[in-house]
Amino acid sequence: MTQTPTTKDGFLQLSRRGMLQGAGALGGAALMGSLGLGSARAAPKKGGTMRLAMGHGSTSDSYDPATWDQAFVQVFATARNGYLTEIAADGSLIGEVAESWDVSPDAKVWTFKLRKGVTFHSGKSVMAEDVIASLNHHRGEDTKSAAKPIVAAIKEMRSDGDDTVVITLDAGNSDFPFILSDYHLAILPSSGGKIDTTSGDGCGAYAVQSYEPGVRASMTRNPNYWKSDRAHFDGVEMLTVIDPAARQNALVTGEVDVIDRVDTNTAHLLKRAPGIKILATTGTQHYTFAMDTRVAPFKDNNVRMALKYAIDRQELVDKVLNGYGEIGNDHPISRSNRYHAADLEQHVYDPDKAKHYLNQAGLDSLEVSLSAADAAYSGAVDAAVLYAERAAKAGITINVVREPNDGYWSNVWMKKPWSAVYWGGRPTEDWMFTTAYASGVAWNDTFWENERFNKLLVEARSELDDTKRRAIYEEMQGLVSNDGGAVIPMFASYVMAHTDKIMTPETVGPQWTLDGFRAIERWWFA
Amino acid sequence: MNGPTPFWLSAVYVALVFACAVGLAAGFRALLALAAPAGLARTLRTAPLTASFGLLVILVYVIAALFAPLIAPFGEREVVGGQFLPWDSVHLLGTDNLGRDMFTRLLYGARNTVGVAFITTGLAFSAGAVLGLLAAVVGGWLDQLLSRTVDVLMAIPALIFALLLLTILGTSVVNMILVIALIDSTRVFRLARAVAMNIVVMDYIEAARLRGEGLYHLILREILPNAAAPLVAEFGLRFCFVFLSISALSFLGLGMQPPTADWGSMVRENATLITFGDVTPLLPAGAIALLTVAVNFVVDWMLHRASGLKE
Amino acid sequence: MVARRLGLGVLTLFVISLLIFGAVELLPGDLAQEILGQSATEETVAAFRRELGLDLPAYQRYLAWLGGVVQGDFGTSLANGRPIADLIGVRLGNTLFLALYAAVIAVPLALMLGILAALYRNSLFDRAINVVTLTSISFPEFFVAYILIVYLSQTGFFPSIARIDPDAGLGEKLYRTFLPALTLTLVVTAHMMRMTRAAIINLLASPYIEMARLKGLSPARVILKHALPNALAPIINVVALNLAYLITGVVVVEVVFVYPGLGQLMVDSVSKRDITVVQAAALIFACAYVLLNLLADVLSTLSNPRLVHKR
Repeated sequence: MTQTPTTKDGFLQLSRRGMLQGAGALGGAALMGSLGLGSARAAPKKGGTMRLAMGHGSTSDSYDPATWDQAFVQVFATARNGYLTEIAADGSLIGEVAESWDVSPDAKVWTFKLRKGVTFHSGKSVMAEDVIASLNHHRGEDTKSAAKPIVAAIKEMRSDGDDTVVITLDAGNSDFPFILSDYHLAILPSSGGKIDTTSGDGCGAYAVQSYEPGVRASMTRNPNYWKSDRAHFDGVEMLTVIDPAARQNALVTGEVDVIDRVDTNTAHLLKRAPGIKILATTGTQHYTFAMDTRVAPFKDNNVRMALKYAIDRQELVDKVLNGYGEIGNDHPISRSNRYHAADLEQHVYDPDKAKHYLNQAGLDSLEVSLSAADAAYSGAVDAAVLYAERAAKAGITINVVREPNDGYWSNVWMKKPWSAVYWGGRPTEDWMFTTAYASGVAWNDTFWENERFNKLLVEARSELDDTKRRAIYEEMQGLVSNDGGAVIPMFASYVMAHTDKIMTPETVGPQWTLDGFRAIERWWFA
Repeated sequence: MNGPTPFWLSAVYVALVFACAVGLAAGFRALLALAAPAGLARTLRTAPLTASFGLLVILVYVIAALFAPLIAPFGEREVVGGQFLPWDSVHLLGTDNLGRDMFTRLLYGARNTVGVAFITTGLAFSAGAVLGLLAAVVGGWLDQLLSRTVDVLMAIPALIFALLLLTILGTSVVNMILVIALIDSTRVFRLARAVAMNIVVMDYIEAARLRGEGLYHLILREILPNAAAPLVAEFGLRFCFVFLSISALSFLGLGMQPPTADWGSMVRENATLITFGDVTPLLPAGAIALLTVAVNFVVDWMLHRASGLKE
Repeated sequence: MVARRLGLGVLTLFVISLLIFGAVELLPGDLAQEILGQSATEETVAAFRRELGLDLPAYQRYLAWLGGVVQGDFGTSLANGRPIADLIGVRLGNTLFLALYAAVIAVPLALMLGILAALYRNSLFDRAINVVTLTSISFPEFFVAYILIVYLSQTGFFPSIARIDPDAGLGEKLYRTFLPALTLTLVVTAHMMRMTRAAIINLLASPYIEMARLKGLSPARVILKHALPNALAPIINVVALNLAYLITGVVVVEVVFVYPGLGQLMVDSVSKRDITVVQAAALIFACAYVLLNLLADVLSTLSNPRLVHKR
């Protein structure tokens, strides 16, 4: 059973040329056409206060972009802030605060032209210096930002007048504008080259009225918002409702209009409730079991292959995701990515093949420990238990160790030799590979070193020919799949639910939860 | 979606269950009286129906716990089919979210949960009661030391305290038992001390002290029998709180290690179903409740006998 | 005595602040690692620590914190720089409101039921009350909450989210927080009720009760006038324990009903290692506990003349 996602083909269909020269220049009207809005559906109506209950949020959350880490702050940030670029629902890149951009032939020097007349809620105009200060917040020795590795490639930034920013990279990267859509890189007002990390001011669709971290945030529409076809709600009330049952009850009893993170165990029951609609999108979010390829027995690729053939992927999708997802093929590139290798041979559950690889490794049987906790992703422990059951038939004993949720990322992930991991995924191949598979990067959680892979990665960045680029990325997916240290059994859908009074666009962004974090400005009341 | 069961239907169920319970209890009492030696037989024959019902339930649980591998149709961790299969002749109570047999998991859950609960409560009581009585009898600096230590431990919210300790020490069943026992023993200590304080000032204790009785005799012979009732009543409840502690810890990812079946975690895993009127999570919760009620029925009987009331 | 106990209470608070600080230090990971989570790298964690002074030795940070507290300054949250007083003020009010609400229902109810159960001991009424209350505490709190939501919220009587505006009227507040208060009532009533019953029954065979009965007093009078006053010590203790629980232990209910209280704040802060907030919350909980305990001890001493005039 495969759930049909709202966007079946969220491919990034934009031509390379269009992207390099600034898709933002195409303007809003052309975009609306490409999204297929308008004709089939009634035009969005303005008005109403949307109440959104989310399964994240902590009393320790803050306005500092350096520390944003979960969906509540991400959606909240996207609603009140503007970014240089935006990933549209169909996966293409469009300009937001940046109206257009241009690049030097070696893809090293990028020039961004800022949109005119964009102002912060406080009334101040968005200037080049704000953009530079906002990006600088994540750079340098003293930054604590989680986005530091993302912008590490920036060598130098300078303004050219009030509305032009020139960014020089240390090496050519033709996907650079995609990176600027990252949720950390919000454009905030600056003074003296620094942004204020304690204020909720921004240049986005909604202005903050009140915010109590871990409890709620309320916002009203920014009357000066420049996008004419967005921001339909008069106001938005965001609530943190951690307990999944409480979230569903709030929706069923009409306390809220939209919820995220629907408990898929009961999604089929929720669907039957009158006036409730389930919305599932499958993008790049995937779950992995990361092995430390430096230590025995994972050092031996035969052992890694044995483990990859000892997992029943479809069963995990059926039972852990309850059908809300797709099977993975041990590499992190999803079907919604541009250069997904569709022809790569799919790893399937095959105990005999697993045994064969064990024998190749000179082993009759294998006993390994797998660390998991629901902090990795909900259902991680169940997934590990199912894995262990199936692997037993191939002579592999997997001892599932449930680790405490508290402190999972600092004490278990990349510390224990084999652990369950969550990845939100990245919109481009280069970004994903550079984040977690390139040699020596901070989040290479399998400690995988592959000479050929690393060489190809650099090659692809400055390769301009689309066909060649595809060939390179497909080869890289094969390398990760057949040599890499991560078992990647599934891509998980984002599952949300809303009342039938809420209208959503025909194409809902699959890259992140809640329409690519932008449900607040893209959705409306019927 | 299914609405909640109508009230009258619930009432019919309750009445049916009640009738069955009375019948079973009476039969069991008669059977026990036949099997037991003469002295015990008389005690048993006069036991109230509730107590014999409690004994019967406890016996069933013990059998289930001891012989789980023999009774259970499947293996504890075995995945036997699709998820959430309905109740039928193969899977008596259906399957859980991973397709494991629910009936089997319940049986093994009895073994793991009841075992852990008994050990934990036993530990908590021996430590808490002994120290509490000692503090009351000896008084002075020992009382101060113990009472203030307990004050400190109790002033930290239990769940957070358990979270801190288990994260530091690591999550194993042994650690879990020790941590819950430590937390519960502070509660027992306070109660034991409070009850004993009232007894210590009685004339007969004074007399015993003047007789020159030793500490051991004072505590065991003079005070414990008179403090037994509240302690026994507390035991019945503490026993049940252990299940809840395990359940709460599994909420934080610190409970039993999977794929071990335990009722606390089983309630947690299936809890959201109840909000859609599905009774699955009621099974493990009901198993805990039934045992709690049974244990406390027996406790009530002992309480009644200990009080010396004749009616 | 009270002054001395208050002094000891301050000492208890000091020891707790040391313990909690030590425990949070011992927890694997610190604020920088927990906040950055999966995104942490060595460099950014180091920069984060420098910014907040987390790279200083533990004793220096503790002394700095203590220095502030002694002057009444609890500092700011390490995670988001908000003053602790702002963070905690509203939530403390919410927590106390809910605790009081539940206590006002639960304590009289438990005492009444306990006395009635002792009066009509072993009757059908006694059994039924016991079964109902025992069953209600055998269910984990979140489960009780879910069941109440199914029957009282999905049917439209009460809201499932206890969201309260600071400026809402008392009636509105009571209405919106009815379900959490009811859940807590169900959770704490059984314990208090059973202790009341046990403590009273324990005294019923005493000679002076026998005497009162022989004088021809009615059973109700015997229990209320003669048994109850002497059973007060253990009852007061259990009530105090449960009141403390209502303040310090309700985090699960807060989560299910989305009620912004102190428990949720403390759990969030522990998991992010936000030590200043953890310390402040822990001290408030400890204060509540110490004061309730002191009150319980004073009341039980007053209830027993022998303890007042200790020989």
